[in-house]
Amino acid sequence: MKRADIVIVGAGHGGAQAAAALRQRKFEGSILMIGEEPEMPYERPPLSKDYLSGEKAFERILIRPAGFWVDHRVEMAMGGKVVAVDPEARTVELEDGGTIGYRELVWAAGGHPRKLSCTGHSLTGVHSVRTRADVDRMMGELDDTTRVVVIGGGYIGLEAAAVLSKLGKSVTVLEAQERVLARVAGVALSRFYEAEHRAHSVDLRLGVAVECIEGDSRVTGVRLGDGTVLPAEMVIVGIGIVPAVEPLLAAGAEGGNGVAVDEHCRTSLPHVFAIGDCALHANAFAEGLQIRLESVQNANDMATIVAKAITGDPEAYHSVPWFWSNQYDLRLQTIGLSIGHDEEVLRGDPRARSFSVVYLRQGRVIALDCVNATKDYVQGKALVAGRLQMAAEQLADATAPLKSLLPVRATDH
Amino acid sequence: MNIFITTREGDTQTAALAAQGTLMEAIRDFGFDELMALCGGCCSCATCHVYSDDAFADKVPPIGEDEADMLGSSEHRRPNSRLSCQIVLSKALDGLRVTIAPED
Repeated sequence: MKRADIVIVGAGHGGAQAAAALRQRKFEGSILMIGEEPEMPYERPPLSKDYLSGEKAFERILIRPAGFWVDHRVEMAMGGKVVAVDPEARTVELEDGGTIGYRELVWAAGGHPRKLSCTGHSLTGVHSVRTRADVDRMMGELDDTTRVVVIGGGYIGLEAAAVLSKLGKSVTVLEAQERVLARVAGVALSRFYEAEHRAHSVDLRLGVAVECIEGDSRVTGVRLGDGTVLPAEMVIVGIGIVPAVEPLLAAGAEGGNGVAVDEHCRTSLPHVFAIGDCALHANAFAEGLQIRLESVQNANDMATIVAKAITGDPEAYHSVPWFWSNQYDLRLQTIGLSIGHDEEVLRGDPRARSFSVVYLRQGRVIALDCVNATKDYVQGKALVAGRLQMAAEQLADATAPLKSLLPVRATDH
Repeated sequence: MNIFITTREGDTQTAALAAQGTLMEAIRDFGFDELMALCGGCCSCATCHVYSDDAFADKVPPIGEDEADMLGSSEHRRPNSRLSCQIVLSKALDGLRVTIAPED
């Protein structure tokens, strides 16, 4: 049986950083990374942005050049899928029947795109945006596509809509909620992005239900709950992911919507860590709620936490969450988590296309969404990190830099 | 063209490369693992921070407003601080010396 000291399942941002951080911390044991996709670790965020638009070739979105993994003695087993974990024997079983033994297992398997459950969901021309293969398939069909329907008004769907409308496609976005980004942002930001997409000729429809995808072998359109049929050659489904944790849960790990981990990213199974999109953790920036965070920041920082735990220098995960989204010429940067906010303060004028939204909970700053407002993003971090108490009027005054609102001795409290 | 890259430990290596892409990509592709470049080069984080040789001050593209603002988040900012993802390589930068800034 093949064995490695560290087996990493998943070759995305989390898996790649776990391996790199272990080597950076002078870990000398063997490391084996198992990835479902054939590619070496690559960045996912560009898939719905500059990779889809053709601005960046694939080689430019590799997290590290292929030679890096050889030089750092990280064995790559690409195109392998782990279907079972035996925490007693400390082995993982692959779909092809192979078994690999581990000393420590790092589960960084992310998730798979949530699929529609209605008829037609698997027709040719229906796409998700999670892997290079997904986007390559889309790009291969673009020449024969004039009308695109995007199902889901989250970041992935909106970013894809922005790229495709810039490429001259006729784009419709369907969102089941009454506003876009409902899960991740406040009303002001939702309204701003809705207006931007409409100004870029995107047909954005809110509060609509999808009845089914129409077509025989290829998609021909989307039928809505009210009977309307939107003709389309391409449908993009961006309705979130399902965390890839089945083998861990089947082995007895605690969890549900993800696999539960403690502050060192340890699951309830001995010698099994989990990081990134699939790791259900108590986040200090979400009032200690058990959440999953789908972001590069979270994958990367959790990977470093695991590398520290394995190399005997444990540290609790306590990173301020950050995130970004690029749509058209708008750079959104988010610091903190806005979930659970009870007040949002607008800072600057959305019509100027440079503004921020500050989120408060019981008078304390918990997050900022900054649109073309990098200064606020940078300076707002201290407010979020300290969960500082702020008056809305102070925050709303865009002429006063956020750092001028910091108490002089904030670190003492 | 050549660029000279100094790591956080003070080792300097010469990277011979084509004048294309960005300085961040060149450093990453050369195999240095110190540069995180988490956002992939879209000026949304500050994890590709380098110090650029003063001798090339008039040859590197001028610092942008967003880049300057992002650098404001670093405790290790110096007058010659740059985000390497914002420096597009050209032959004019042949011989450039950069030092990878400490991690924030």
